[in-house]
Amino acid sequence: MHVPDGFFDAPTSIATGVVAVAAIGVSLRGARRELDDRTAPMAGLVAAFVFAAQMLNFPVGAGTSGHLMGGAVAAVLVGPWTAMLATSVVFVVQTLMFADGGITAIGTNITVMGLATVVVGYGVFRGLQAVLPKRLALVPVLAGIGAFASVPVASLLFVALYAVGGAAPVPLDTLTTAMVGVHSLIGVGEGLITFLAVAGILAVRPDLVRGARPVLAERTLEIRTETTGVTA
Amino acid sequence: MSGDAGTGTSTGRRTVSTRAVVVGALLVSLLLAGVVSLYAASTPDGLTKVSQDQGFAGTETEHGAADGPFAGYDAGFLDGDLGGAVAGVAGVLVVLVLGTALTAVVRRRPGADEPLDQTGP
Repeated sequence: MHVPDGFFDAPTSIATGVVAVAAIGVSLRGARRELDDRTAPMAGLVAAFVFAAQMLNFPVGAGTSGHLMGGAVAAVLVGPWTAMLATSVVFVVQTLMFADGGITAIGTNITVMGLATVVVGYGVFRGLQAVLPKRLALVPVLAGIGAFASVPVASLLFVALYAVGGAAPVPLDTLTTAMVGVHSLIGVGEGLITFLAVAGILAVRPDLVRGARPVLAERTLEIRTETTGVTA
Repeated sequence: MSGDAGTGTSTGRRTVSTRAVVVGALLVSLLLAGVVSLYAASTPDGLTKVSQDQGFAGTETEHGAADGPFAGYDAGFLDGDLGGAVAGVAGVLVVLVLGTALTAVVRRRPGADEPLDQTGP
């Protein structure tokens, strides 16, 4: 869903640029708390993986394709603040090096594909995690559900921005239907890729999946309770 | 990365080192960007298709970096599939280096409650 130059008027592009800069600034602060000896080696790697996966357009219906956005998978693996930074690096490299996504639309792309998918993907993931049993096997599933939800919401945000500052007069109801429709399908792919990536890391090193920590913490607590009083 | 082997503690289970996970995932990313991407769908993506159907695709203006050596995920100085493969691999490595560098800068900043100075990138 890379927005090219020209789709939005200047005020909207500047406004999303301000939002993106603010989100990155806050994330620089927040990421300090996330980046420990386990997440730090993963952070650059997660950015590289999101970049690679974004190259893999998969077909959704006739004559249309979609690709990963990546906010959800990054947030579950390394935490939401670090995910915001990682996805931003991806979008900046894409526009400057690969001419993918407009240079004047960089704020829009970071806001719509990065910020929105991190917030929605991670929010849904943690919300479900809070109410469901703390089981390790559920972590990739909930990550996938969060990822699935994040894509149509991102497309809704695009429509909302287009209503404010789109370059052409387009009927909003048909734009909404078209955008949310195709991006719900793309969301299925987003969910599947997110599930596979999280499950893959979880299978070899669950402690490297930051979103699995509440589950691992509870499990450690149970083991300690069983072996009453035995502390290392 | 000094504490690679320090994760096994006393569980007795064979653990994969962090370095092995990082190298493995990097190889997967390189493979996806350098090889699998050549077989990705080339039909317009969701937004492009909608913009064509709804009649606002024409508002797109030329990209400022359209003449770059890797524009369109194709290393134009190389022939055929090789150009796409090299562009994908180069992109993964550039993102990895920038992401890792940014992470290192963020980590090197002092303690949690000190105000951020604005000298960063």
